Amino acid sequence: MDRNQLRRQVAHMRSSLIEQNYLDQQQFVQLEDLEDDSNPNFVEEIVTLFYKDSSRLFQKIDQALHSIPMDFARLDDYMHQFKGSSSSIGAIKVKNECTQFKECCLAGNAEGCSRAFQRVKQEHEALKRQLETYFQLRRQAGLVQRS
Amino acid sequence: MSNFEEAHVLVVDDSSVDRRLIERLLRVSSCKVTVVDSGLKALQLLGVDGLKVDLIITDYSMPGMTGYELLKKIKKSSKFKEISVVIMSSENVLQRIDRCLEEGAKDFILKPVKLADVKKLKNYMKKPSTTRFNYFCCIYYYIFFLFFLSFFLFFCVFVCLSQ
Repeated sequence: MDRNQLRRQVAHMRSSLIEQNYLDQQQFVQLEDLEDDSNPNFVEEIVTLFYKDSSRLFQKIDQALHSIPMDFARLDDYMHQFKGSSSSIGAIKVKNECTQFKECCLAGNAEGCSRAFQRVKQEHEALKRQLETYFQLRRQAGLVQRS
Repeated sequence: MSNFEEAHVLVVDDSSVDRRLIERLLRVSSCKVTVVDSGLKALQLLGVDGLKVDLIITDYSMPGMTGYELLKKIKKSSKFKEISVVIMSSENVLQRIDRCLEEGAKDFILKPVKLADVKKLKNYMKKPSTTRFNYFCCIYYYIFFLFFLSFFLFFCVFVCLSQ
């Protein structure tokens, strides 16, 4: 596939991610604007940090969801941290599911929390798959440019 | 002369994502940045290690010491109370904002932090370049004075010799 085709694919995928609300345009554009010659992969770098964060917090949330009695304050705290990270990278759908989870914590709804957490994980996984494809395309387009 | 250049900012945030984002926002705004993940580490750097900074930007909600507690400690310290402190939070809670401003915070930024927020921060920083500017001004005045003195002495000598 030639360079122009790859570039068009990258642009198309980017628009699609934004249109489908996987990513907030304003926040994502800001991340892209922070890339330069000295930091050419900033977006991918910060998304990778986000995955490390989510992995750590998901483990804690999982444990807390299985503890009896359920510590809603602790769950809310963990989800608050994760919601913050999601917001910083512009992950709208993930952030919205975090809000739902927090509402269940506030209501002391144990089952609601478990269901909401499943949705958080689903959205997170969906975003992760999309972004992996996007970054791979970007890399391919970049590689083609250098040759 | 921009007083934003070479300003040193200390960032305090327990979120690795936010630390990286704010660090990058500050670096593209020509700031020197030190990043820590807790209020305790911030106080250690300032106190024990003698780190000199022009601004501290801290997250509000952190485990252990909150941003609010860090703010209070800094404002109570005779050594550090002059350093401007800005609080960040993902929650827009009016009481929280009021409490921080009352305690001496210069500003309260809602997360996610944007470049426009960072640009505003220059208003709160000490101006290290002003001291440098004053220093150079003194040097120029001194050089000018020497020239004038030399010229005056030559004139006096000339007048004496011609008599």
